Amino acid sequence: MRAAVPFIAAFLLSGLPAAAQLFDPTVTINDKFSERIDIGISTNEIAISSDFSGADITVFGAIDGADELLLATFAYDIVVSLEGPRISTTVRRKERVAGIWINRHSIRFEPIPASYSMSSTRPLEGIAPMMELASRDIGINNIRLVPTGGIGDGSRVAEFREALRRIKQTGGLYQRDPTGVRFISKALFRASVRLPANIPVGLHEVRAVLYKNGEFVMEKVIPLRVVKTGLEQLIFNYAHSYGLAYGVFAVFLAAVTGWLSSLIFRKD
Amino acid sequence: MTIYLPIAELSVNIFVILGMGAAVGFLSGMFGVGGGFLITPLLIFYNIPPAVAVATGANQVVASSVSGALAHFRRGTLDIKLGVVLLVGGLAGATIGIQIFTMLRRLGQLDLIISLLYVVFLGSVGGLMLWESVNSLRRAAKNQPVSLRKPGQHNWVHRLPFKMRFKRSKLYLSVIPVILLGFSIGILTSVMGVGGGFIMVPAMIYLLRIPTNVVIGTSLFQIIFVTAFTTIVQAATNFTVDIVLAWLLMIAGVIGAQYGVRVGQKMRGEQLRAGLALLVLAVAIRLAFGLVLPPDEVYSVVSGSFGF
Repeated sequence: MRAAVPFIAAFLLSGLPAAAQLFDPTVTINDKFSERIDIGISTNEIAISSDFSGADITVFGAIDGADELLLATFAYDIVVSLEGPRISTTVRRKERVAGIWINRHSIRFEPIPASYSMSSTRPLEGIAPMMELASRDIGINNIRLVPTGGIGDGSRVAEFREALRRIKQTGGLYQRDPTGVRFISKALFRASVRLPANIPVGLHEVRAVLYKNGEFVMEKVIPLRVVKTGLEQLIFNYAHSYGLAYGVFAVFLAAVTGWLSSLIFRKD
Repeated sequence: MTIYLPIAELSVNIFVILGMGAAVGFLSGMFGVGGGFLITPLLIFYNIPPAVAVATGANQVVASSVSGALAHFRRGTLDIKLGVVLLVGGLAGATIGIQIFTMLRRLGQLDLIISLLYVVFLGSVGGLMLWESVNSLRRAAKNQPVSLRKPGQHNWVHRLPFKMRFKRSKLYLSVIPVILLGFSIGILTSVMGVGGGFIMVPAMIYLLRIPTNVVIGTSLFQIIFVTAFTTIVQAATNFTVDIVLAWLLMIAGVIGAQYGVRVGQKMRGEQLRAGLALLVLAVAIRLAFGLVLPPDEVYSVVSGSFGF
């Protein structure tokens, strides 16, 4: 079931100046500490085929200037996440009206990550106070879900948020692995992050956050583009960019199929 | 063996899709119907998003109606003039229908309306057909003559103005009911993904008194153009035509239809109609259950500006 990282690394964008800017890592540092976290991935773009059934990507990293004693006592914690492109999302709720189940209420949320896959050195509760984690959107339950537009009296927002998180999790788009980050030598670590089978295409972010005794030290974000390859994706792109021509072709194909069949099976 | 459908964005078993196409093709050949009204619900039962099922169903109907209309054209049982008048209404109806489709999709009520329309139309057409065919079967059992059309009898439809002469149908008929019929079928084509033959054929026979021999060819002729138009507009505005899915259905469908025609020729008309009626009712009941039974998950998530 789990394919072991069968990626075709594509370096299509690496030669372009705009791409270089796009793929620059961003960092946030707490000046109180001298430790630094660094991560690396082998490519800025991963190409998946249409029959992709999910895989793990491995992110390697190191803590620079780590205190050996603190390392030995597990004082450092790391959370690595892969966040999908942000898309505005609507949640609808069915209700029974005159015996029939119909969509009655809906709440629209400001753009949220289409997918979110998180690995950490231990369960989040043990890493830092929830307030701190929530302020940085770390963890499935801490992803900010801000309703937009009409929300009625607001009393239903909590239910809708919960439903959104539940559906994202059951669909495999949001997932967590509380032991997915492991130290391989003193300050070197590897994190395995799950790519779900239905991973959305677009610009994702690999985000690594370092905590020391529950305090934020540093965050580093590397962009990662996910593209789909193959004939099916070609058809998808064509259908969305040249809808009219695609439709004409679909009709042409149908007409030819019908005409040929009437020739082949002609009875007279 | 699974195949990935690029527009429906899911993997399906290719043999299930081919089997579905062949079975519906067989039935459509046997009963002389387009099959769109069976394909779309079957695709929905197989978890294809209803929006994709409808648009792809329309595309599939193009192939089966081209094949059928050509056969009727060779036999001379196609009234092109009548077909063109129907088509004028049909294209107008399809244009309005696509607007309705897009609006319903944005409101999140598309799936519900598609299911409701299918339940209402399949339920009533199936019920009427069953009633009519059971009566004919009983009459046939008593050796009474069976007649569908009562020529010479006129109704209110024949007193309307703007009359036109349709030579092949041997009719002098107002264009108003013809255009109106085409218009309503056009709306159904774009919202339900059907050719509409299952409503148009009885309406032409019973309401417009068009001779039975030209009815099927003529309705197929106009279905070609209305479903072609619907396919193109759906592809351009809603991006919901899945060409891979449609082509698999077409190939299996046209082959299945050949065998269906052979079986159909050996059976009696009343028996065929009763069989079709039962099938149509079964699909309607299955869809009705989907509307009434409590869903596993009352919430649904839609990404982007609007979706399925």
